Amino acid sequence: MTAEKILTRSFERPDSHTLDGYRASGGYQAWPKAQAMEPAAIVEEVKAANLRGLGGAGFPTGTKWSFIPKNHAGPVYLVINADEGEPGTFKDRYLLERDPHALIEGMLIAARAIRSATGFVYIRGEYVEPWRRFSAAVRDAYAAGYLGRGFDIVVHRGAGAYICGEETGLISSLEGKKGWPKLKPPFPAIKGAFGAPTIVNNVETICHVPHIINRGAAWFAGLGTKTQGGTRMYSVSGRVARPGVYEESVAITLRQLIYERAGGVTGNGRLKAVVPGGSSAAILTAAEIDVTMDVDGLRNAGTMAGSAGVIVMDETVSIPEALMVVARFYAHESCGQCTPCRESTGWIYKITHRIVEGRGRRADLDTILDVARRGAGTTICAFYDGAVGPYISYIEKFRSEFEALTEAAVAAAPRRVVVSHA
Amino acid sequence: MPKLTVDGKEVEVPGGTNLIEAARKAGVEVPHYCYHPGLSIAGQCRLCMVDLEKAPRPTIACNTTATEGMVVLTETDRVRETRKSIMEFHLINHPLDCPVCDQAGECWLQIYYMKHGLYDPRMTDEKVHKPKAVPLGPHVMLDAERCILCSRCVRFCDEITATGELGIFERGDHSEIGLFPGRALDNPYSGNVVDICPVGALTDRDFRFQVRVWYLDSAKSVCPGCARGCNIDVHVNRRRPHHAEGRRVARLKPRFNEAVNRWWLCDAGRYGFTFVDDQDRLLVPTRREGETVSDATWDDAIVALAATFRRSPPDEIGIIASPKMANEDLFALRRLLDNLALRRVAFRVPPRVAGDQDNFLIRADKNPNSLGAELVGLGGDSRAVLEAARARRLRCLVIFGHDLLASEWPEAEVREALGAVGTVIFVGSNAHATSAAAHWVLPAAAWVERDGTYTNFEGRVQRFRPAVEPLGQALAEWEIVGRLLAALGVDSTATRPEHWFRQLVAAVPAFAGLSYQALGDGGRLLPGAVRA
Repeated sequence: MTAEKILTRSFERPDSHTLDGYRASGGYQAWPKAQAMEPAAIVEEVKAANLRGLGGAGFPTGTKWSFIPKNHAGPVYLVINADEGEPGTFKDRYLLERDPHALIEGMLIAARAIRSATGFVYIRGEYVEPWRRFSAAVRDAYAAGYLGRGFDIVVHRGAGAYICGEETGLISSLEGKKGWPKLKPPFPAIKGAFGAPTIVNNVETICHVPHIINRGAAWFAGLGTKTQGGTRMYSVSGRVARPGVYEESVAITLRQLIYERAGGVTGNGRLKAVVPGGSSAAILTAAEIDVTMDVDGLRNAGTMAGSAGVIVMDETVSIPEALMVVARFYAHESCGQCTPCRESTGWIYKITHRIVEGRGRRADLDTILDVARRGAGTTICAFYDGAVGPYISYIEKFRSEFEALTEAAVAAAPRRVVVSHA
Repeated sequence: MPKLTVDGKEVEVPGGTNLIEAARKAGVEVPHYCYHPGLSIAGQCRLCMVDLEKAPRPTIACNTTATEGMVVLTETDRVRETRKSIMEFHLINHPLDCPVCDQAGECWLQIYYMKHGLYDPRMTDEKVHKPKAVPLGPHVMLDAERCILCSRCVRFCDEITATGELGIFERGDHSEIGLFPGRALDNPYSGNVVDICPVGALTDRDFRFQVRVWYLDSAKSVCPGCARGCNIDVHVNRRRPHHAEGRRVARLKPRFNEAVNRWWLCDAGRYGFTFVDDQDRLLVPTRREGETVSDATWDDAIVALAATFRRSPPDEIGIIASPKMANEDLFALRRLLDNLALRRVAFRVPPRVAGDQDNFLIRADKNPNSLGAELVGLGGDSRAVLEAARARRLRCLVIFGHDLLASEWPEAEVREALGAVGTVIFVGSNAHATSAAAHWVLPAAAWVERDGTYTNFEGRVQRFRPAVEPLGQALAEWEIVGRLLAALGVDSTATRPEHWFRQLVAAVPAFAGLSYQALGDGGRLLPGAVRA
């Protein structure tokens, strides 16, 4: 059974991105309802819906909204994270391109819930067409009177740094600074963008909000598991027959997603490994795919739902090479602020590169594992912990593949005298 | 005032105190790089991790506020292991070029590696290469490979000088400190970034390659560059004179004083010491007759000057003292004036170019002791002294330090005045046009060669201490004046500056109650002074 399409219900309409198309598929009906609700009632509704953040952290959305200080005198900002940069993730671009008014309507409701008069949408720099579509929708929403009457939207384009998708890195970048994550405390809900209380939500998360208001929290909660309501959009890529974006219940299993939706492994090949939640999620072996895809299900399986970017690898994929590619990404994207992340992402990339090139050493694997474990949890933001996910899981779960490379290298290396500096 | 315990020691701190400062108060040092008490919290070096009771993992002390009942542990196994890891991360791309690095010996990578690192190096891959020996401005050199990206220098330029020359560019382990396009690190306080750089990334262009820091001796002192009186340490090289071609003063470093300069020092003050070891230092008393200049002994000079003073009616003796003299010198001089009933006395000579001033440390008055000279009672009309000389009403004119020919006064009038006085006596440390025009030149010790006190513009009396011996036969002014007093038969028991200071305190009400002991290292406000 395929779940009811909610976020993607109008994706097949050629005019889904226009105001008329959105209205024709039931759009802008939640906003008048929300206007009749007290802000606190909206927050309670979203809490009851068990909506959890779909950008990666999976934090309960209503709870996050409730962190905004009551009776705050100055401005409060709603910031939409449309910087979608997690490797293997490409869902928000479809929402921006095909259903931009859903985001606008969701923002109107969220803004009412947190009493914000200004929303910023931070769009990934490479997303040119989504930016055009969304900007056009904002213009139309102003013309139609949805925007400009107590709530304004500012569209901001990023410049290509992965770290600007991190909540506080995004805020720094939005403020015109280098996209460095900020020290917490203070948390954004207390002191965020431009020093004001700020809520940062993912595109997909906010696109759910009009449906929750329209159809009720109980309906939404019933679509998912006990701890997470609704559907979400899975970006399935890699060695599958039909890669693409699939909207499914969060209660679907990884096996169903790969074999029943994405058509199974390319060319009926043998599945080797799957990354279930974007590159920062720990890798699963072919034997570990009978897990539900909700936040808690994947956490219990030792990995994470993350951004729901499902990367499928078959027997043609070299895991050491895959780790090298991932390690190169994290070395390239580390903002460089915290010492452990700045220094060890580059170091670990160099080691993986050396191993793949056939110049590995016996101690290399334990060095990577030790360095990763020592750095984990020592930094300002979750970037490094995201890198540690693949560093440790790829090696632990596919150690023999790495050892085959290092042992071959050791065997082939010319004997030489090593002078220790220790 | 929350009360907390750090490693079992109870300590009470003001609200808002972070755990590094709270631990410091409890006598516990939490190692750190990016934290600096004078700058905002960056929290990026990650070295200052401590354990909090019941916390799941170590947390950074710099960004954690002390709260009532908090239990802080800085030496758990977990904290020690974390520190060791962070040290390894800091050092994997560091060039380890200590043998050619000026920071060696005062480098916090070396210090903390020995204290908290001591791991076996595992990094065998090629290190990241970055620019080296990059001049950032007139005073500061950057070696980006040695940099640990603590961002102290960036925050200094953003927060203290608000000039914003520096930034961190690139990302990840390619991050490097650098100048924004078109900028130079040339603000009036640029040298401070060298002090706060915990490693050898930012070095002082003036100090580089002069002498290894472990050969330096240090003396607590006060900057004589303006009326602020920033507290400094004078670092001198006495042990390896051949390393710096006879240059004894290696560098000046700001010394923390909450009430004066906190951690900072301006570049004008920092680099304004070169006169001490300059070729133009006056080394022996000299006497000029016509074009002939001959060396004299101090005894001959003092006898001759005493005779001149005795011969001259008080009204025909002019004294231009200097606001660069110490309180002790000025009071010795005051004793001379009182005994001889001299009244043509002044100390202010207007500079040719007005001094610059800002709203931070730099004062327009480029003298360290104008207020002291005023309070000791030497504040007469210096122009009137000059005019008396021009009018041939002076037999004797004593000039302390000033180069009158480089002042705002018209040079021709000064020359006329100097030519119209029978005996011009110059007392100072360095030769210049005015000293060349004097009949007697007496060499004075520079401030780093002697003991004394200055009174800053706010009325803070601060001690400076000798760091090196006086060059040649130079003597402190109080001693020169003291010898003259003795030759004139005035009984004086003062044989040390402290004796003069005691006499000053007894005689001048403004200084009442002060003593060298009371001044300590941070100085004391005059009892009647109100801080500006």
